[in-house]
Amino acid sequence: MESRVLLKNRKPDRILDLAEYRASGGYSAAAEMLQTGRPADVQEALEAAGLLGRGGAAFSMGVKLSTVAEYAPFPRYMVCNADEMEPGTFKDRVLIHTSPHLLIEGMLLAAFSARAEHGIIFIRPEYENAARILEREVALAREQGLLGKNIFNSGFDFDIVVHRSGGRYICGEGTALLNALEGKRPNPRKPPPYPTVKGLWQLPTVVQNVETLCFVPHVVQNGAEWFRNLAAGPDEAGTKIYSVSGRVRRPGCYELPMGTALSEIIETHAGGMAGNGRFKACLPGGASTRYMPESMYHREMGYQSLSDAGFRLGTAAVMVFDHSACLVGATVNLLAFFARESCGWCTPCRDGLPYLHDLLRRIENGQGRAEFVPMLREMAGQMGLAYCAFAPGAAAPVESLITYFEDEVREHIKAGRCPFREAE
Amino acid sequence: MLPEQIRAELEIRIAEADHPQELAVDVMLAFQEAAGYLSERALETAAAMLKMHSLEIEEIATFYTFIYREPVGRNVIHVCDSVICWLDGSESLMDYICRKLGIAPGQTTADGKFTLLPACCLGYCDRSPAMMINRKVYGHLSRDRIDDILARFEREEPA
Repeated sequence: MESRVLLKNRKPDRILDLAEYRASGGYSAAAEMLQTGRPADVQEALEAAGLLGRGGAAFSMGVKLSTVAEYAPFPRYMVCNADEMEPGTFKDRVLIHTSPHLLIEGMLLAAFSARAEHGIIFIRPEYENAARILEREVALAREQGLLGKNIFNSGFDFDIVVHRSGGRYICGEGTALLNALEGKRPNPRKPPPYPTVKGLWQLPTVVQNVETLCFVPHVVQNGAEWFRNLAAGPDEAGTKIYSVSGRVRRPGCYELPMGTALSEIIETHAGGMAGNGRFKACLPGGASTRYMPESMYHREMGYQSLSDAGFRLGTAAVMVFDHSACLVGATVNLLAFFARESCGWCTPCRDGLPYLHDLLRRIENGQGRAEFVPMLREMAGQMGLAYCAFAPGAAAPVESLITYFEDEVREHIKAGRCPFREAE
Repeated sequence: MLPEQIRAELEIRIAEADHPQELAVDVMLAFQEAAGYLSERALETAAAMLKMHSLEIEEIATFYTFIYREPVGRNVIHVCDSVICWLDGSESLMDYICRKLGIAPGQTTADGKFTLLPACCLGYCDRSPAMMINRKVYGHLSRDRIDDILARFEREEPA
């Protein structure tokens, strides 16, 4: 059974409009909190709930809010990261097309907690429809006094603008995003200071993913214990939207208890493997996570459970490969993506990723040599020296390819061609 | 080069902004909307409007995928080449479009109708393989579907 919190109002081909959202109890959490609550109430509820950032880093939202100091300067910024560019991930697009006001109310509550008056939704240009929906719905919310000055007669002011990106993967990195908003070249920044201390224009800035923010009204309304109990196991909290793609019958977004087993996600929800395919591997959380081999097929897909097993849930973009898929070829593709998208700021990333891509490409094209395998392993290890998390993320599929599928790599080298392609 | 009304609207937004630089991408996109790409002259004008150095604009203009610093066709096709679309045959679809239009990725057809470019994951992996034309995404691509979609652009020639 699908447990729906964020997607419970999902309708085919249209959003839940403002009237429908309010009729279903929308904005009542914000109304009550702004009129009778304290900013710390939101932060405490989120921390107790164990709501972790759904953009990939899985950092506690409550803890992040607590790092905005009481005496920190104003104005403060609440930034929604809708720059969903991790390959395989499409949950934020689906969320915005389902219930834009859930996101707006989430931002309002988070902003109240941080006492931020400026809200910005940073969105990738490929999501032009979503950007237009948000601009229209923000304007409607403003008309009804849900944004703007003195919201719910609470004395609290907050408004939102939609900022379109020019389109580049690194902009989804929280600190690069801030440089992008400032009209600078979006290289990442090296904290400290963290954005909650000195973020946009050197002022306190809270950056949160769309999915994370959408949980906020629910946690404020229903409490921490309710949220924790939504998960499949005691070490996890809430639900998770899994973006399932690749070799499954029904690719799509499935909102399930956090920690639902991979086999259940594939078989019960995504319709099972496509065709006569047999599960070979998946990338559990986007392009920058390690391949999970067949031995992990029944693993619980939660932050804690995957971390305990040496994997990372990332954005929970589950990309499924069957036995007809060449994982060397897939990894060549992933590294071409990373090499192209690297911002080029630091040497390990700028030079190391094309190097990894070249070695893999040669192996895939039948020009591999046995010594390439340790070379790949060593260079993947060096990616930890990069300036930000981009290069270590890019190295994850390479390292796990060598770890779990070394035989497949060596078969390419031995045969002098890709065994998945027909002999030419 | 920028319609007067759009320019006036942008100047108001710039005047009202706490930090004009935050509108750099919007201004570049507005120039591009009017001319298809960001020309030298547009770049200089944008820099003057934003009170930024033209090099600062160039630095970000060349960084972003969707700011074009060279002339493009009236319709820009971005074919997703990331991993799920690759798994579903995006390479052969790209080849097919190249043959069909008689151009290589990065080129524009002689009649100025289409420019063909790659794109990284468009976020439509549930409808792979996918491509984007102008700002609209088309999924579940096949050769037949590509024929249909491009024929629509041939017929309608949208502005």
